[in-house]
Amino acid sequence: MNRGEVAEKLVKAGLLGAALISVAVLLIVVAYIVLKGVGTINLEFLTQAQYRFGRGGGIFPQIIGSLGLVGVCLLFAVPLGVASAIYLAEYAPNNLVTESVRFFVACLAGIPSIVIGLFGLVFLVYYLHLGVSLLSGGLALGFMILPWTVRASEEAIKAVPQSYREASLALGVTKLQTIRRIVLKSAYPGIITGVLLGTGKAIGETAVVLLTAGSGLESFLPRSIFDPVASLPVYVYLLATTGNTSEQLERAFGASLVLITLFLLMSIFALVLRDRYFKRMRGRGGG
Amino acid sequence: MSDSAQRCAGAFGSFRGGLAERLVEKLLFICALSSILIVFFIIAFILKEGIPVLALGPDFFFGMTWKPGQGQFGVVPTVLSTFIVGIGALGIAAVIGIPAAIYLAEFAPEWLRALIKPSVEMLVGIPSIVLGFFGLMVLVVFIRDNIGGWGECILAGWVILAVMTLPHVISISEDALRAVPRTYKEASLGLGATPLQTIRKILVPNARSGILASLILGMGNAIGETMAVLMVIGNPNIPWIPSSVLEPVRVLTSTIVIEISYVVWGSTHQHALFALGVILFSIVAVLNAITTALIRKGIRTGCR
Amino acid sequence: MSKIETIGLSVYYGDGTVCGLKAVNITIEANKITALIGPSGCGKTTFLRALNRMNELKGAQTKGKVLIDGIDIYNGKVDVIQLRKRIGMVFQQPNPFPMSIYDNVAYGPRIHGQRNENLGTIVEESLKKAALWDEVKDRLDENALGFSGGQQQRLCIARALAVNPEIILFDEPCSALDPVSTARIEELLTELKQEYTIVIVTHNMQQAARVSDCTAFFLMGELIEYGKTSQIFERPKDKRTEDYITGRFG
Repeated sequence: MNRGEVAEKLVKAGLLGAALISVAVLLIVVAYIVLKGVGTINLEFLTQAQYRFGRGGGIFPQIIGSLGLVGVCLLFAVPLGVASAIYLAEYAPNNLVTESVRFFVACLAGIPSIVIGLFGLVFLVYYLHLGVSLLSGGLALGFMILPWTVRASEEAIKAVPQSYREASLALGVTKLQTIRRIVLKSAYPGIITGVLLGTGKAIGETAVVLLTAGSGLESFLPRSIFDPVASLPVYVYLLATTGNTSEQLERAFGASLVLITLFLLMSIFALVLRDRYFKRMRGRGGG
Repeated sequence: MSDSAQRCAGAFGSFRGGLAERLVEKLLFICALSSILIVFFIIAFILKEGIPVLALGPDFFFGMTWKPGQGQFGVVPTVLSTFIVGIGALGIAAVIGIPAAIYLAEFAPEWLRALIKPSVEMLVGIPSIVLGFFGLMVLVVFIRDNIGGWGECILAGWVILAVMTLPHVISISEDALRAVPRTYKEASLGLGATPLQTIRKILVPNARSGILASLILGMGNAIGETMAVLMVIGNPNIPWIPSSVLEPVRVLTSTIVIEISYVVWGSTHQHALFALGVILFSIVAVLNAITTALIRKGIRTGCR
Repeated sequence: MSKIETIGLSVYYGDGTVCGLKAVNITIEANKITALIGPSGCGKTTFLRALNRMNELKGAQTKGKVLIDGIDIYNGKVDVIQLRKRIGMVFQQPNPFPMSIYDNVAYGPRIHGQRNENLGTIVEESLKKAALWDEVKDRLDENALGFSGGQQQRLCIARALAVNPEIILFDEPCSALDPVSTARIEELLTELKQEYTIVIVTHNMQQAARVSDCTAFFLMGELIEYGKTSQIFERPKDKRTEDYITGRFG
C-alpha cells in the first residue's frame, strides 16, 4: 500500500467517523435518559399528580396536559394545513398570490418558536382574552406546526399520480369528488407522516407552552379549554433548572423519558409509514 | 339557439353542482391565505409591543447596559453573545457536518445510509428541552470538572447547539453534493484524479452554494433555539460581553424566557423583551432570506 | 349514422408555440372503430382529448365545434360532467385506482348515485363485457395494483363501461402491454363496437389495420387523410399518407 492509498483510507475513516457522530449523539442522549429515568417510572409516577414542587408524586396531569395541547394544536393545524395544501396542489394558478402563499408558509416555518410564544402571549392570552390556557397553548403550537403540515400534505398530494386524477375525471366525476375519493385517499399516509412529525415537534416544544399554557406544575387536570394546563416539557424545565433535591431531578429524568418515548414512537411510526408509502408509490411504475 | 340550448340541457344536463365546487375552491383558498395572515399578525403584534422600546433608538440598539430595574435596555452585549454562541456552534457543526455529508453522498454503503439518515432526521426533532437537560447534567459537569470555570458557559452552548444544527448541515449539504452532475465527477476520475482529489476540486466547489446555504440556515436555527441553550449557558444576572469561552453569557432567547415570567404587563421592561423578539426575528429572517437566495442560485446554475 | 362531427376544430396550448390541432373537420360513425394514426406529436391524442374536453385540464384553448349527436359540446351550457359520463376514456398506461377490483369498477356508478344493491350487477356486467370476469370473479376484493398489466387495462375498460357511456376513447391502450394482452384487447374492441362508438389512437399500423373500420391520418396537427381503413392502407390518396404507411418516415 503506498502513501496515497493510506491517506485515502485515513480520510475515508475520518469522514465515516463524522457521519457516525450524529447517530452516536442520538444513541448517547437516548441511552442516558433511559438509564437515568427508568428507575422513576412506575404506576404511581404515571398516574398521580405531583406535590411539594415536584419532590413527590407523579406526572399524570403533565401527560394529559401535553396530549391535550397536542390535540388542540392538531385540531387547528391539520384541517387548515391540509386545506391549504389541497388549494396549493390542486387549484392554485401559477401567479403572485400562490407564490406569496408559498413564501409565507416558508416564513412561518422559519420563525423561532420563542417569537411564536411571544405572539401567543400578546395575541391569544391578552388581546383575545383566552388567558394562559389549554386553548392558547394549543393554538400557539398550531401556528408553529402549520407550515409543516402544509408542506408535508402538499408533497403527499403532488405525489399522487396524475393518471388517477385523469381516470376519475374521464368518468365524469367532478374535481372535488376526485380530490376527496382519489387524491386524498391516496395521499393520506403521506399526510399522516407529516402530521406525526409535526406532532413530535409540538409535544416537545417548551418555550411556546411555557408562555401560553401554564406553569407546568399544575397538579390538577383542566376542566375546560380555558384552564391552564401542565405539560411534560415545562415540568422538566422547571425541575431541571430550579430543582435542587435528588427527588426533583429523578422526576425530571422520569418525565424526560416519558417525553422522549412519546417523541420516538411518533417519529419511528412516521418514518416507517413514509417508507412504505413511497415504496408503494414507486411500485406503481410510472402508471 | 334556444332550441339547441334546451337539447343540451336534456342531453348533458346543466351546471349541476358547479356552485358547490366553486364555493369549496374559495374556502380552500381562504384557508391557504391563513398562513399569510398569521405571519402578518405575528409581525404586527410583536412589532407593536416592541415599538416603545425600539423607539429609544441608539440607547436600545447601541446601549451597552441591560438593567431593567434602572430603565436601561442596551442590547449590544446580548446580541453580541448571541452571535458568538451561534457562530461558534456553526463552526463545530460545519467541521463535523460537511465531512459527514461528503461521506453519505460519496462513500456510504446503502445500509449505512439507511441507518444514518433517519437518525439524523430524528436528531432534528429530539425535544430541545431533553437535549438541554442532558447538556446540563453531563456536558456542564464535564466542562466544570475537566476544563474549568462554572461549567455553564459559551463552550457548553456551542456543543449543544452544534448537535442541534448538525442535522440541517448534513442533510442540505448532502443534497447539494448529490446534485452535482455525475458527468463532472466521471470526467475528473477519467483524467486520473483520485476520489479525494475529485471531491476537493470538483464536488465541493460545485456544491458550495448549497453547503453555504446549509450553514446559514443552521445558524438561523442556532440563534432562534431557546430551551437547550438556555439550560447550559449560565445566564448571568446582567448580560455582558464575555472574554473567554468558559464564561456564562446571555443570549436573546434565554433573556426573553427568563425575564418574561416576572415582567409587569405594560411596563417598559415588557416592551423591551418584545423588542428583543423583533431583533431575533429580524436576524433569523435575514439569515433565512440569504439561505433561500443561495439555494435558488444553486438551482439556477444547475448544481446546488 | 354520424355520432361525432368536428367542424374547424383547433386546439392551442397556453404559450401558443406548441402545435396542437389545426382546423380539423371529420365525421365519425356510430358503432364503428375509428383509428387515429400518425407520428408522435402529430395531434392525435390532442384530438382524442378534445372529444371529452380533457384538454382543458392542461390549459388548452379550443376553437371550432365538436358535435356529439348534433350538439356542440363546447357550447357554454354543456355540463362537462354529464359529457364525460357519456364518453368513456381508456389511457395509455393502465391506471386503476389503488383499491379493490370491485371498488374500481363501482367507483363511477357509486359517485353518480347508483344504489348499493345495483352495484353488484353493474360490476359483474362491466367485468364480463371487458372479458375479465372469469379471471377475477373470486378476487374482487383484491387490490387492483396486484394484477398484470393486461388485466389492469381490461379493468380500466370495465371501469369506463360501468358508467354506461356511448362512446369510448382509447389512447394507445396497448402501448404498455405484451403481445398476448394486446391481442385480447383487440378482440375485445371488435366485440364492444356492437354497442359503443370507439375511437382509438394507435402508433401501431398493424393494429389500426386489424381492428378499425375507418382510419384518420394526422400530421403536424392537421388531418391529412380520412377514409375506410382498407382504402387508407391500400390506396392512400395523399403522398404523405403513403409515405407514412410504407414506413418512409415517422
